[in-house]
Amino acid sequence: MMKAKRLIIVAVGGQGNLLASRVLAEAALASGVPIRMSEIHGMAQRGGVVESALVFGDARSPIISDAEADVLVGFEPSETLRALNRCNPESVVITNLAPLPPFTVSIGKGVYPDIKQIQDLIRAKTRTLIAFDATKMAHAAGSARAVNMVLLGALIQTRILPVSVESVRSAIETKTARSFVPANLKAFELGFEAAKNLAAS
Amino acid sequence: MHKLLADQPGQKMLLLGNEAIARGALESGVAVATTYPGTPSSEISMNFFQISQESDLYFEYSTNEKVALEVAAAAANCGVRSMCVMKHVGMNVAADALMTLAYVGVKGALVIVTADDPFMFSSQNEQDNRYYAKFGGLPMLEPSDSSEARQMTAEAFELSEKLGEPVILRTTTRLNHSTGAVTLGPMQKIKTRGEFVRNPLRYVTVPAVSRKLHARLLENLASARQISETSAFNFTKGEGAWGIICNGVSYNYVCDALLDLGLEQRIRILRIGFSHPLPEDLIVSFLKTSEKVLVVEEGEPYMEEAVKAAAQQAKLTLDIQGKSDTLFSRLYEFDPAMVREKIAGYFNVPYTPPQRIDLSDVPELPARPPSLCPGCPHRATFYAVRKAAAGLDIMCPNDIGCYTLGFMPPLSMGDFLICMGSSVGTSCGFSKVSGKKVVAFIGDSTFFHSGIPGLINAVFNQHDFTLVILDNGITAMTGHQPNPGVDMEKLNLKGYGRVSIEAVVRSLGVGQVSVIRPLNVKKSIEAIRKALDFKGVSVVISKHLCPLFANSFRKSTARPFYVSDRCRNHRNCVNDLACPAFFISEGRVKINSALCTGCSLCAQVCPENAILPQKADS
Repeated sequence: MMKAKRLIIVAVGGQGNLLASRVLAEAALASGVPIRMSEIHGMAQRGGVVESALVFGDARSPIISDAEADVLVGFEPSETLRALNRCNPESVVITNLAPLPPFTVSIGKGVYPDIKQIQDLIRAKTRTLIAFDATKMAHAAGSARAVNMVLLGALIQTRILPVSVESVRSAIETKTARSFVPANLKAFELGFEAAKNLAAS
Repeated sequence: MHKLLADQPGQKMLLLGNEAIARGALESGVAVATTYPGTPSSEISMNFFQISQESDLYFEYSTNEKVALEVAAAAANCGVRSMCVMKHVGMNVAADALMTLAYVGVKGALVIVTADDPFMFSSQNEQDNRYYAKFGGLPMLEPSDSSEARQMTAEAFELSEKLGEPVILRTTTRLNHSTGAVTLGPMQKIKTRGEFVRNPLRYVTVPAVSRKLHARLLENLASARQISETSAFNFTKGEGAWGIICNGVSYNYVCDALLDLGLEQRIRILRIGFSHPLPEDLIVSFLKTSEKVLVVEEGEPYMEEAVKAAAQQAKLTLDIQGKSDTLFSRLYEFDPAMVREKIAGYFNVPYTPPQRIDLSDVPELPARPPSLCPGCPHRATFYAVRKAAAGLDIMCPNDIGCYTLGFMPPLSMGDFLICMGSSVGTSCGFSKVSGKKVVAFIGDSTFFHSGIPGLINAVFNQHDFTLVILDNGITAMTGHQPNPGVDMEKLNLKGYGRVSIEAVVRSLGVGQVSVIRPLNVKKSIEAIRKALDFKGVSVVISKHLCPLFANSFRKSTARPFYVSDRCRNHRNCVNDLACPAFFISEGRVKINSALCTGCSLCAQVCPENAILPQKADS
């Protein structure tokens, strides 16, 4: 019996959330870890929020109820905060700090929250917050599109999920587009190191 | 080779529910597959479309679900294994064919997939299509996960041929869009040619024939009921004096709840997978050994009503509950915690709810609603109509597609919408009685699907409105599927014709027809103004390729725009267009060059001509 671990990933359409989920699920399959995953992506191309849920271990439900995520990974800080209802006081939260304000902010129909306030709120309400600029790190890795792999690296570093670093690396090698593999692996390592350094500090 | 064609029985693969359904069909040797695309079913047919280009599978995107079902029904009646795929509301369109096809039956297998959408993630209603199986008298299977979706699809083909009836495979969004490990089965050889044996007294449904066919259907239904009684898809699990009857994705939530609540030794589950006809004997024997029973099903009380009726018939008086104010709702979809709580409540066992976080001090976050993409030609058309109609009291029936999003401010072009094609039909009624100038919007694919009859009606009955056909050269909303207006040569695909929307509209005798290029703003406004002035039915065809689709076969050479020093901060661009490429920085409008497609719409709207293309070397 393997106790279920529940992961929610939230992102803005186009940030590569579904690929990151796919890589994790393939790593789980290759490691013999039961995996169920669900995604809501009907309007993804139209700039809405894309959410995926991954349940590792012995559970049949592919979705995760409010307050039942063990880990929340957010690719955009305001979306991480919006998804905080999926967490409980024991949850671990990992977030990118580079904002992508929705157009409602441009037309004066909303105010984008202060980045520091976002972190303070999440930190106060959950077990751990790992927050850094994953977008900058993706650029450093050689691909603006590798934000997903940076955050995947940070997630795997926490060792909360029953998948090994090696199995994820190998899933990146076999399941992401060949021309992006070097940048993706680099991004994964940078994210892994970032989480390690944050944990040590 | 397409991954779903892998002839490696026993191999484990991660598959989306929709991929698992496609795989199950391929393993059964499906030779003809048809569809009209619709979320959450679209990936089934997307895979068939790709696979048909490298195998003997014949696949088509039909003009609508009724036509799709007729094509598949004919193939099946020649003995060729067929599948027809649609979203739940598509079944309403196909229902005319379905109800009598059930009388006629099939020779080769026909499996009809209906993808229901509880919670309406991407639909206009959350109707429960299990009632179509009951309504039509057809067998129905409902899988709980990807692995079972493959297995049940394959079984549906066998069942269909055995009974000589189409079989409905009913799914919900959480099945279609969930991924799990699937063990592949062996691939069967595909038979692409069949034979139609003429027998008018069997296949031509005049009253005298149909009277016999209805009796035949009821006999088949009785046989199906016997199969359902012993089907492996209807099984019991666990032990105990209490019972839960469940189906589809609810089964997963029930299993997890019993594990979490430690009730696996106290509650037995009856999982219904062959859900029409229901296995009444099996249900009665389950009831007889239960003290009380909870029915867990999303949507309508389809099983609950049947279970209660069966109990009454068997003179059983145990408590049976399902839908009620304190238990399950008919609204939306279920989730694991909610099902756990209701089970604990009904059986009166201790339950600790998940520990929620107090979010009362979280500031209100800016909404991120879906919006038309940067460079979307619909935005330009909506803007031009708004300008052309300035001073007129207009109302705008809209239709189903990306352009439905035009109903949101600031474009605010969408006042009424009920179903595919309804923009045209309702315009006839609105223009007759509302006293407003009616301007309706419909997309290219939706026009072919069901807009044409409404337009013919408008011409014949001399209605008075303007129909704007938003022709972006593809079925964009559901993921860029072809439609009869698409230039298939652009996709390097041979063997297709092409229907001109303009030729169709002109041939119907529409009084005034114009074709605009929406990104030529000034000319578009002029043309729309003329159309609005016309007394009678006028049509404006607004032609510009969906930029996401265009990007898939040619790289855009347009340069992104930027806001120059000439900007005097009127903000007409942001306020009138709401393009997601705009952002405000230090009180000034800026354009995100990574998002800007260089469509030039905002540059034409700016009163200061302050928005300019970036220099080639910048």
